[in-house]
Amino acid sequence: METVIGLEIHVQLKTETKLFCGCLADSAGPPNSRTCPVCLGMPGALPVPNKRAVELAIRAALAFHCAVHASSTFARKNYFYPDLPKGYQISQYDEPLASGGWLELEGRRIGLRRLHLEEDAAKLVHTEDGRTLVDFNRAGVPLIEIVTAPEIRSPKEARALLQAVRRTLRYIGVSDCDMEEGQLRCDANISLRQEGSRAGTRTEIKNLNSLKALEEALAYEEARQRALLEAGEEVEQQTLTWDAAAGRTIPIRSKEEAEDYRYFPEPDLPPLLIGSEWLDEIRRGLPELPEARRRRWRAEYGLPEYDIEVLTEEREIADYFEAVVRLYPRPKEVSNWMMTELLRLAKEGEIRLGPADFAQILRLVGEGKLNRAAGKGLLEEAFRTGRSPEELLAERDLLQISDAAELSGAVSAVLAENPQAVADYRGGREQALSFLLGQVMRKTEGKADPKLARALLLERLGPNRT
Amino acid sequence: MGLNERSLHELIGLLERGEASLEEIIHDLYRAIEEKDNSIRAYLELADREELLAQARANASKPLRGLPIAIKDNISTVGFRTTCGSRFLRDFEPIYDATVVKRLKAAGATILGKTNLDEFAMGSSTENSAFFPTRNPHDLERVPGGSSGGSAAAVAAHEALAALGSDTGGSIRQPAALCGVVGLKPTYGLVSRYGLVAFASSLDQIGPLTKDVRDAALLLSIIAGRDPLDSTSIDGDNVDYTRELGEGIRGFRIGLPREYLREGLSEEALARVEEWKAIFKDLGAELREISLPHTEYAIPTYYLIASAEASANLARFDGVRYTSRASEESLEELYSASRDRGFGPEVKRRIMLGTYALAAGYYEQWYGKAQRVRRLIKEDFERAFQEVELVLTPTSPTPAFKLGERVADPLQMYLSDVYTVPASLAGLPAISVPGGEVGGLPFGLQLIAPHLQEGRLLRAAYAFERAFGPRPARPRAPGGRRSQRRARTGP
Repeated sequence: METVIGLEIHVQLKTETKLFCGCLADSAGPPNSRTCPVCLGMPGALPVPNKRAVELAIRAALAFHCAVHASSTFARKNYFYPDLPKGYQISQYDEPLASGGWLELEGRRIGLRRLHLEEDAAKLVHTEDGRTLVDFNRAGVPLIEIVTAPEIRSPKEARALLQAVRRTLRYIGVSDCDMEEGQLRCDANISLRQEGSRAGTRTEIKNLNSLKALEEALAYEEARQRALLEAGEEVEQQTLTWDAAAGRTIPIRSKEEAEDYRYFPEPDLPPLLIGSEWLDEIRRGLPELPEARRRRWRAEYGLPEYDIEVLTEEREIADYFEAVVRLYPRPKEVSNWMMTELLRLAKEGEIRLGPADFAQILRLVGEGKLNRAAGKGLLEEAFRTGRSPEELLAERDLLQISDAAELSGAVSAVLAENPQAVADYRGGREQALSFLLGQVMRKTEGKADPKLARALLLERLGPNRT
Repeated sequence: MGLNERSLHELIGLLERGEASLEEIIHDLYRAIEEKDNSIRAYLELADREELLAQARANASKPLRGLPIAIKDNISTVGFRTTCGSRFLRDFEPIYDATVVKRLKAAGATILGKTNLDEFAMGSSTENSAFFPTRNPHDLERVPGGSSGGSAAAVAAHEALAALGSDTGGSIRQPAALCGVVGLKPTYGLVSRYGLVAFASSLDQIGPLTKDVRDAALLLSIIAGRDPLDSTSIDGDNVDYTRELGEGIRGFRIGLPREYLREGLSEEALARVEEWKAIFKDLGAELREISLPHTEYAIPTYYLIASAEASANLARFDGVRYTSRASEESLEELYSASRDRGFGPEVKRRIMLGTYALAAGYYEQWYGKAQRVRRLIKEDFERAFQEVELVLTPTSPTPAFKLGERVADPLQMYLSDVYTVPASLAGLPAISVPGGEVGGLPFGLQLIAPHLQEGRLLRAAYAFERAFGPRPARPRAPGGRRSQRRARTGP
């Protein structure tokens, strides 16, 4: 049996203001502080589309290779719920902003059906004493809905697809896609079919709002449907919700109870017309997308696949990498340093060290003027203080001692101070050399070129017995 | 003749020349209201007289000189309730002014009060107001028409100098005709709908009800114009519609649609039509018979589209917010009990009809088909306007009917709008002007112009008005009951 999965993904657009009014879209203020007659659905108020939201939606559509339609229409989706101030949601229905398109997942293309604009609903807050309050700060915040074709073949692939969507949308600045903040939400359809035959009855799981919930709920549902089918029973067409604590899906609606949303064209809004000039302008403004970038990096830099994946996950990091490589064209070295040092530091806070300074530290290390440890120390300090490595270097005299004459004094002193270790080495204890080297480093406050120090030590100690 | 019987433009002249004062005008208006509104009941709420006078004086130097205007109670107006004639909103005080109200205030108008209407503008008689019906000043046993019946009656009874109404399928023109005043429905989009509580968004338009054509042109010049808050509004800024009023209509070709004059008109009404034709001929126009072949589908098309849009527009009145939360048993119960109690029968009828027209499986058959017929009706007019400059029809097939006469028969009531609905569906500007009497009651003439040709429309209406003679006889002063009047009428 083959698993057939399709996703409906809702993404909050990163606009300053709401989709149809000038209220702030940050939903940060106290409840109901980001509201006006329009987003409260007050009698007589009318919607006016936010151009920036349309632009971001088009950006997303282009990034997913969709056909953006020259004319699309808004539609009213009618249903009653306390979070819906007008009793209908302004969405798009039979003429969406964009259709078609695809996403690449490990070399396989997953098709998209459509991408459209719509407004978010308000937030319901349930109090401990059993009341329900409505916060309209979120009402009217712009969303895009992305509907995939039922071409996803496993829960794992569904997860990977959602991750890819998130990566791309972050990349192009369309959304922060913070799932905990509800900026990325997902519903999933799943059915099983015998190889080659028509799709079986599907169920829809609502509100899968983390990658983990998505994968687990689908895996549960896949197993549940398989067990039913193998026992000769039928899958009932249902809408389900995922109970993460219990680890199972729970039916919330059957097919018979399915709502009729009575969509019709929104008479308060004329068709959304998108001229080819504007479309081209938005297209030109798109950055290189993660997939294309990965392909190019494979060819250009010959980095390991793991490095490519990590460094292209976020656009800022990938841009940073390329900026450093331009100044210091040793991709693998740059990658090593970024993966081990910079990304570790980046978890602590914003990267204040410019690519040029980073490249300079690498160059100093590469030229042997700074040893690795000192290089790391310098990087860390520059990162934390935001000061330039040059300044720090001048202050701290960190440059590596790679002059044999300068270093031989320290080597002599260490040999003189540690007769036992010298004897041990000469007696065949290889580890004594590391100890002595450590002492040299210590004596030079870490500035000694370890290679040179080691060579000098070996020269003075003479061959050991082994 | 009281100052309240004068038109806006006359009063502006009198005020400029110092021949009248705002105090005298407002005094005469309130006297008329006190005398007559107990029986006519045009107002749901009235401004405090002293406050109004103070505001009027503060605006005395602006173009409208502080003169008070009455506003239909489905137009959002700060300082008043905006009830839409519905129990749902009987205590609703809006927090913002509709764009038209802002524009009027900016031009120096003051707000006299809020006028009665059929609930959410659904009706042709003002009997569907949740509070009380308004009566026709010419005969208190008869309706003033609707849904802007309060505005039309107030202007006709000189309880207002001029008023704003809203027209979805004839709600300005039909009551204007039945009350013997001028009523103008502008091109769809020319006047902002921001703040007009929506009935049918693709049809609703705000317009003036006035004592003469010049006042209609004057008010239109103020309220028309693109509004960034209404995405369906169109450009029309800075047009002074009063400028070309007097230029005459020599050489105009005026079309009479044969489908309109076919049936349902009394002999007396047909005689009026003949008189109108003679007057237009005298004015140098040429009269032609034209055909608008899809006319007979206009009423069903209109009721499907308007009701479908209304079913969504009224969904926000659900008992969660606004007044009239009838139950908290469960969410389902809250909705159904609140809506059952909050809406009157006509509104429920249209919500049911509209919900059905949009239902899955019926959409194409009803709403989809209605949209296609709407296009055909529009094309009828486009073809007609290739051979004529204007279309002439009666505004309503009959003069004012009696209260209660059509309540039990919605279809008969809907046919009151048979001549006004097509222009609404086509989004065209149309005006009703007094055209004599039928059965001793006012009978209106309707002119329809092409898209955005308000200038042409008003010019023809003005020429007719001047040629037809003085304003129709003053309404017979309503006699009968007098009872104590509250300063704030209404629910």
